[in-house]
Amino acid sequence: MATTDIHVNTATHAHDDHSHDHGHEHHGNFWTNYIFSEDHKVIAKQFLITGIFWALIGGTLSVIFRLQLGFPDMNLEWLRPVLGGWITPEGKLDPEFYLALVTMHGTIMVFFVLTAGLSGTFSNFLIPLQIGARDMASGFMNMLSYWFFFVSSVIMFVSLFLQDGPAGGGWTIYPPLSALPQAIKGSGLGMTLWLVSMALFIASSLLGGINYISTIINIRTKGMSFTRMPLTVWAFFFTAIIGLLSFPVLFSAALLLIFDRSFGTSFFLSDIYIGGEALPNVGGSPILFQHLFWFLGHPEVYIVLLPALGLSSEIIATNARKPIFGYKAMIGSMLFIGILSFIVWAHHMFVTGMNPFLGSVFMLLTLIIAVPSAVKIFNYVTTLWQGNIKFTPAMLFSIGLVSFFLTGGITGIFLGNSAIDIQLHDTYFVVAHFHLVMGSASFFGMMAGVYHWFPKMFGRMMDNRLGYIHFWLTFVGVYLVFFPMHYIGIAGFPRRYYSWTNFETFSGFADLNMLVSGAAVITLTAQLIFIFNFFYSMWRGRVANANPWKSNTLEWTTPVNPGHGNWPGEIPNVYRWPYDYSKPGAKEDYIPQHIPYSETPESNLPHENELIKLESSGNDPIVVAKH
Amino acid sequence: MAEIKIIEEAKKPLAMNPRKFALWLFIVSVCMIFASLTSAYIVRQAEGNWFVFQLPGLFTTTTVMILLSSFTMHWAYVSAKKNNVEMVKTALVITAILGFGFLVGQFLAWGKLVEQNVHFVGNPSGSFVYVLSGLHGLHIVSGVVVLIVALVAAFRMQIHSKNMNLIEMCATYWHFLDVLWLYLFLFMLFNR
Ligand code: HEM
Ligand SMILES: [Cu+2]
Repeated sequence: MATTDIHVNTATHAHDDHSHDHGHEHHGNFWTNYIFSEDHKVIAKQFLITGIFWALIGGTLSVIFRLQLGFPDMNLEWLRPVLGGWITPEGKLDPEFYLALVTMHGTIMVFFVLTAGLSGTFSNFLIPLQIGARDMASGFMNMLSYWFFFVSSVIMFVSLFLQDGPAGGGWTIYPPLSALPQAIKGSGLGMTLWLVSMALFIASSLLGGINYISTIINIRTKGMSFTRMPLTVWAFFFTAIIGLLSFPVLFSAALLLIFDRSFGTSFFLSDIYIGGEALPNVGGSPILFQHLFWFLGHPEVYIVLLPALGLSSEIIATNARKPIFGYKAMIGSMLFIGILSFIVWAHHMFVTGMNPFLGSVFMLLTLIIAVPSAVKIFNYVTTLWQGNIKFTPAMLFSIGLVSFFLTGGITGIFLGNSAIDIQLHDTYFVVAHFHLVMGSASFFGMMAGVYHWFPKMFGRMMDNRLGYIHFWLTFVGVYLVFFPMHYIGIAGFPRRYYSWTNFETFSGFADLNMLVSGAAVITLTAQLIFIFNFFYSMWRGRVANANPWKSNTLEWTTPVNPGHGNWPGEIPNVYRWPYDYSKPGAKEDYIPQHIPYSETPESNLPHENELIKLESSGNDPIVVAKH
Repeated sequence: MAEIKIIEEAKKPLAMNPRKFALWLFIVSVCMIFASLTSAYIVRQAEGNWFVFQLPGLFTTTTVMILLSSFTMHWAYVSAKKNNVEMVKTALVITAILGFGFLVGQFLAWGKLVEQNVHFVGNPSGSFVYVLSGLHGLHIVSGVVVLIVALVAAFRMQIHSKNMNLIEMCATYWHFLDVLWLYLFLFMLFNR
């Protein structure tokens, strides 16, 4: 049993048991410090900046196609300088380009922004800082992970400028459409680059994920038992495991598709006639692709969501100044969601002609997901309940996440019913569902994370007032964009259609569509406030102190601008869970994780006093520190 | 400022060698690739229109070779534990040669498939055999590279009973590739 001599007034309760010497500052040149850095904090910022870049591109693409949907008669001639030939001589958007826009918007948002931009940023930044590690298990692999992502980004970006345009078969790239270059322009070179880019993206995700898991399990600081880990780290942990198990499957699907496209095999193709000519491919099955894709695709939506849930758990507890309600239930529900996410994929395929009995099985499994999801919402609300709530921008975004998770999750229960899905499949109802529950919820989680951890990332504070304006415009904007889509969807309005004005049934929705598009433009514009705030605060923001939110987790015990290695001295030890907020009897309303129970006799619960007693091996009285 | 004694221990959490652990995670992801491909095989087969043919006999020979190479790999590992560096080198060389021979054998087996008129392009039943064995072959290439890395380390006297990490990871990966092929071979044999 170790005993530690400490001085009452020093803040460090530290042991350094990691043999590798990162204690000293690393001084490299510009290249090793900012470009090919192996410091997890720099890599996190690289992911963040790249993610923000992609979010702007993805958002802009969506506004362009919303213009077409909301204002079908608008003359888009003014876009010609940017889009060139994609504007037809009549000043309209080229229909095939519309498909490419939808495809690229989905791909960019799901993979590049909400997977790489979110997990990449916050797993990298927070895992070592919150578990008390000097860096990731392998800094080199971590660096590779970013650079694979970077190259993948470059390839995807280049594909936007191809003569024939980028991929156009939807973010789900179903064959045969995506397999046949003859079918649409978007299945030509654009699709090839899409596949190459995604293969690199998968490699990047796996490198990152392996590192996250290995770091969390193996290099926690002393005292950081699993039940003392912040929920953020738990969320990143489950996310990484889900990714490790599902991304390889997408790789298989992409590989077989590449063979079909470029080598003439028939994994997914059979009996296809183009212009009256039969293709040589026989024996393939397009449904097989859907199975492979959605085996990744459904877990992927949780890869996108779980980190956001983890971030918001942490932020909500901190700013409600209350322990998170149901810590173990939160972990349990994430685990349960993670497991379930692998056995529900066929709810995306109810209308592919699958056996109705099989459909019922998947329906049952799908609906069960509502249970752990509801547990999470309940716990968020009970954490907020009677809290001493500090409405920081990060807190508002977290509460916004809870709201979207609820509204979007409820429509999932509709869609999960295989009979109702016959009507709703591939309509705007689905679009509304997943944009609220996945798109907006995760986006809000990401924003919350940026506002909350900005002081740790850049040593300065973001401007609160701009943050509030950003929040309210975005929050109201998102609901204005996606709520009306439920109605349009129930009416049967199909997604991915370029134009609907020719259909008598749908012309009644012109106003609603106009509203949606108008709101989309405003919401995107509101993001510029964030961009300004982000970059302005980076240089000019108020200088932060070491623990601006009075938070318990370990990252706030580092200096304001932590160097490579995170703690200049020894790594702090951990003595308690991360949610000792407003503990009765405590001097302050928070007790950071590195404060031992022996220093807080005034607030210890009986079993915590037992802990100290037990360890004092004998009858010596417990020594109480006087401050 | 009083000097006090605090008797509260922060327990060291469970920890393994992060690199070895990462290798196991990598193995898990490779398993998922092949699990998904073999399930795709079954799903596709169940849909009918499935061309049935004999697997080339050469696959049996290559299977024996890779099984043998697992023994020599283990031999290298045991020798390293006993600090018998010369033996480590010999065993690693034989393992690498067997691995290379396996690759050549797989390639010749593809030739036999072509002779049977089973091409990469054609009915998926044939394409799957190429994809499964080809992708596994690619992993064997990476395995041979790892073997060579270990061999270089052995020549630099960096492998001995106090420094087993590299050879342990090398052995784990190689045995995994062996078992993986065994699985694929039996899978293809029984799912004609
Ligand atoms: C109560 C829980 C949920 C249920 C029961 C549910 C159910 C469904 C169903 C049945 C569909 C297929 C609709 C169709 O295409 O006809 C669907 C689509 C989708 N869901 Fe959910 N969902 C739930 C929660 C979530 C969550 C939490 C996310 C993401 C974080 C999510 C993301 C998506 C996405 C991205 C799609 C559409 C994919 C596409 O076709 O492009 N869902 N959901
Ligand atoms: Cu799903």
